Amino acid sequence: MGDQPILRINALTKRFNEFTALHGIDLNVRDGEFLAIVGPSGSGKTTLIRLLVGMDEPTEGAIWLRDSRIDAVPANKRPTCMVFQSLALFPHRSVGQNIEFPLKLRKVAPATRKARALELLELLRLPASYYDKRIDECSGGEKQRVALARALAFDPEILFFDEPLSALDYRLRKTLEKELKDLHRRTGKTFIYITHSLEEAMVMSDRIAIMKAGRFEQIAPAAEIYARPRSRFVAEFMGEVNLFDMVDGRVPGLRFGPRASNLFVGQTGTLVVRPESVALLAPGEEADVALEGIIESEYLLGSRVQYTVAREGAAPVTVEVLRENAVGGPGAPVVMGFGTSACHLIAPEARDAAA
Amino acid sequence: MQRRDRQLGLLYALPIGVFLAVAFLAPILLVAAFSTMPPKVFSIWNMPDFSAYYTVITQGYWKTVAWSLGMSMAATLILFVVCWPLAYGMAKVFGRFSLVLTIGVVMTLFVSENIRLFGWVLTLMKGGLVEGYIRAWTGTGFDGLLYNVPVIVFGLCYVYLPFMLFPLAQGIAMVPEDARAAAFDLGATRWQIFREIELPLAMPGILVGSLLTFVLAAGALAETKLLGGQAVIVIAEEVETAFTYGQNWPLGAALAMVLIVIVGGIAIWGIGRADLDRMMGRR
Repeated sequence: MGDQPILRINALTKRFNEFTALHGIDLNVRDGEFLAIVGPSGSGKTTLIRLLVGMDEPTEGAIWLRDSRIDAVPANKRPTCMVFQSLALFPHRSVGQNIEFPLKLRKVAPATRKARALELLELLRLPASYYDKRIDECSGGEKQRVALARALAFDPEILFFDEPLSALDYRLRKTLEKELKDLHRRTGKTFIYITHSLEEAMVMSDRIAIMKAGRFEQIAPAAEIYARPRSRFVAEFMGEVNLFDMVDGRVPGLRFGPRASNLFVGQTGTLVVRPESVALLAPGEEADVALEGIIESEYLLGSRVQYTVAREGAAPVTVEVLRENAVGGPGAPVVMGFGTSACHLIAPEARDAAA
Repeated sequence: MQRRDRQLGLLYALPIGVFLAVAFLAPILLVAAFSTMPPKVFSIWNMPDFSAYYTVITQGYWKTVAWSLGMSMAATLILFVVCWPLAYGMAKVFGRFSLVLTIGVVMTLFVSENIRLFGWVLTLMKGGLVEGYIRAWTGTGFDGLLYNVPVIVFGLCYVYLPFMLFPLAQGIAMVPEDARAAAFDLGATRWQIFREIELPLAMPGILVGSLLTFVLAAGALAETKLLGGQAVIVIAEEVETAFTYGQNWPLGAALAMVLIVIVGGIAIWGIGRADLDRMMGRR
């Protein structure tokens, strides 16, 4: 992975009449990186990818591919290409002809084209006999691979993905996520992947950019976003989370031990604690931060158990423990605790910006 | 259960089956039988001698067949070129305006073809709308624009435009937007998208439109008579003449059979290639 950015987005703005879909966003993508752009629907990620592949032009701002400015270059003149959500395979062409399509456009000799198509079939673990298969004879996962092979035949500088896995069933999606990550490693190409599924983004990508209402909320590796979300929105978007409002170092209902009191003295913001960081305390057991409540409901998550714990005069807390540490069912009073190392405090400015 | 379904299906198909047999198949068989009769007889209970076909071949009727097929092919090609952008607009661009266009085009069908063609005669004839105005403005007149082959082809295009336009629009609507976008993204130019994606994917509509236009134009008579005068004679006119003035039913029947076989052969070949199920949205 080089340090030189392959793609630079500078103050990119896109307006549709009154509506502003992108608010002057900036982004640098490193050469060879796998970047996932994640956001709920309406966050502007589809608008962004349309600008990046050249199917639309920005209202303001610039897109640079290495040293050339490309925001006004139409899609068919850009050295990038995209795997569509619908895959957009050509139903009237065979698998082989689909893969060879970009090469045919460049007037590559038929023998060379076929050799390259067979190479790509092998790279994507499809048998060579698929070369002559019709598209409608392929399964969902096979079509996925054909679409990838076609995009790779183009030999793009950057490969974009517009939620190509969203229509597949869970197990196939899991398999293809791993294959895609593996393919990224083997080809060394830059992948930019748009999805609304954070899970998908976490499995595959080197960095995640979280979008909300036409802006990036946070751009960081998955682990960092998970542990240190920059806003309430990101914290909640990253899955089940407990948020406590802290004013001047105190949170109503939470008992701070000496370490926590020292750490949070005078602080104001939102305290973020993941459910799996919260433990159920045995009588007499101590924790940096402790709180109590009554179990309201219990959900089995395979190897883990998740509890919703009701508290008096405060929002319920979500706790996730290993199955062997499970305690009684609904109605049981519990004392919970977590360490300061599991806490992350979101500054109030960031929280306001996200609100 | 399945057997009963099939029986029910046959039962439902019975009325249209009887209708087709009486109104479609029987006349064709009758014409076929007449075409084998000796000249100038008015009954099919004579000894067949196929002399009418001999006449068709030796008397130069192939020329009128060639004119018919040639002009209808020309009209089909011109209509394809003219209708493609219009159909494209209707299927992809115009949105609600395409309904207005559809109504406009369909409305013309409410007026008899002959009346519409006479309208063109009045427009194009010597002393008509065009020539008359030009003479009045410039002082020099000309012979009018009627009575030549191009004006016949124009007439065919004018009359059969809806039969090309609507199937074509249907065909273009079947081209997925994403396939076009993907081809563009993979580096295709507009022309390459047309050739590699739109043309093959819209092919069922193109075939249906072309066949309808071609078949109807090949049997057309009024355009040649009204706009073409005596410039050329088409096969349909020869058939009519043989049955009426000529009083030679076997000859008319043989000419009709030649046209039916040629046009029917082309139509069956074409329909065999068009995926009608996909067009009707059943797949």
